[in-house]
Amino acid sequence: MDWDWAFVREILPTLLEGVKLTILATLLGSAVAAVVGLAFALLRRSPNRLVARTTRFFVEFVRGTPLLVQLYFLFYVLPDLGILLAPLVAGVIGLGLHYGTYMAEVYRAGIDNVPRGQWEAAKACNLTGPQTWIHVILPQALPPMIPAGANYFVAMFKETPLLSAITVLELMNQARSVANFNYRYLEPMTLVGVFFLIISLISVVALRMLERRFGRVG
Amino acid sequence: MSQWLGYIPLMLEGALVTIELTVLGSALALVMAFLGGLGRLSPHAAVRALATIYIEFFRGTSIFVQLFWAYFVLPLFGLTLTPLQAGIAALGLNVGAYGAEVVRGAVKSVGREQHEACVALNLTRWQCLRHIILPQAFVIMLPTFGNNAIELLKGSAVVSLISLADLTFQAQVVRSQTGSTVVPFVTSLIIYFAIASVISAGVRGLERHLTRGLDGVRA
Repeated sequence: MDWDWAFVREILPTLLEGVKLTILATLLGSAVAAVVGLAFALLRRSPNRLVARTTRFFVEFVRGTPLLVQLYFLFYVLPDLGILLAPLVAGVIGLGLHYGTYMAEVYRAGIDNVPRGQWEAAKACNLTGPQTWIHVILPQALPPMIPAGANYFVAMFKETPLLSAITVLELMNQARSVANFNYRYLEPMTLVGVFFLIISLISVVALRMLERRFGRVG
Repeated sequence: MSQWLGYIPLMLEGALVTIELTVLGSALALVMAFLGGLGRLSPHAAVRALATIYIEFFRGTSIFVQLFWAYFVLPLFGLTLTPLQAGIAALGLNVGAYGAEVVRGAVKSVGREQHEACVALNLTRWQCLRHIILPQAFVIMLPTFGNNAIELLKGSAVVSLISLADLTFQAQVVRSQTGSTVVPFVTSLIIYFAIASVISAGVRGLERHLTRGLDGVRA
């Protein structure tokens, strides 16, 4: 089968529509993951053992099950319980929750990396708990986490095609509908692959720069 | 309750397909990981370049895209794969690329003095790799390999979208036939988690077995 450039030009605008949604979903998903991950990391450190254990189990469970099934769960089960989510919202929550459990590990490594002396100094200066976190611990813990976090950001980007299974019209879904409509799979599928490959090659270089700039943990 | 009890065998059948995919995919991934990882450490520039291209290509394009490409585009080049074959190939090659980096890192982390000892003992390159380097490096690889196998298990859910009747696919079948959503999806999540737990327990056991007697030998 021959590569048809005219067909590529014809479908490119449609695919670019999908790229917009792919990028939007990744950005929103990583914002959710950053917040949820921090929450998981803090809850796991809770002095209340029940809270810490429950969080640990939940994190393990989410990490041990496929994102696709989690997305189905959000998309099909929640409406039965009376919570109606738009496909994109369900997708962003699914991505955010799934990668939030990975981010929790990144936060944990970053927080554990702050020397004990800093905690003791904060106590000696009579700082309250929130003050210790906001002014002493997090400013030191966050920068070394940036490369690891960026790594998961790229990984999430590559998992956004799963959102097509819950009818989000992102890049993969646009490509599939174009392919099914014209009955030509070669160009749409290859273009999607090339798109992800380019983004990922760029991100390899970018990640290396981040690692040089901020060092690495975990 | 009784309405969906009849569907339990269907879900278990799906679970078997998922397990089959995971086992065969992991086997392929293991082979590819060693080929790719050792390839990147090869003294021949051509082999190194080939291994690098393989790794960057399969890590760079998403598993989803690779699967669809294998299933829908390869037939256009005259290579028709069944959904199961396409699934095993895509999963194995994808996870194998991630595993290759693990192999490379582990082999490089074995101390220089071990290589020097090989030279001193007049071992060939292959003997050195087989008897000295890999037994030490493999222990380092194991925990990450376990994580990779779980990633593969999770990735295998995607094959339901190319009409392979795995666990996720059967959950969708049950949903569309009974209209119940909680039962099929919660059941499949629990089965996935159970399989993942078995994998991580197995890897931990294997690690204990292989590190026996190595205490104090490794830094």
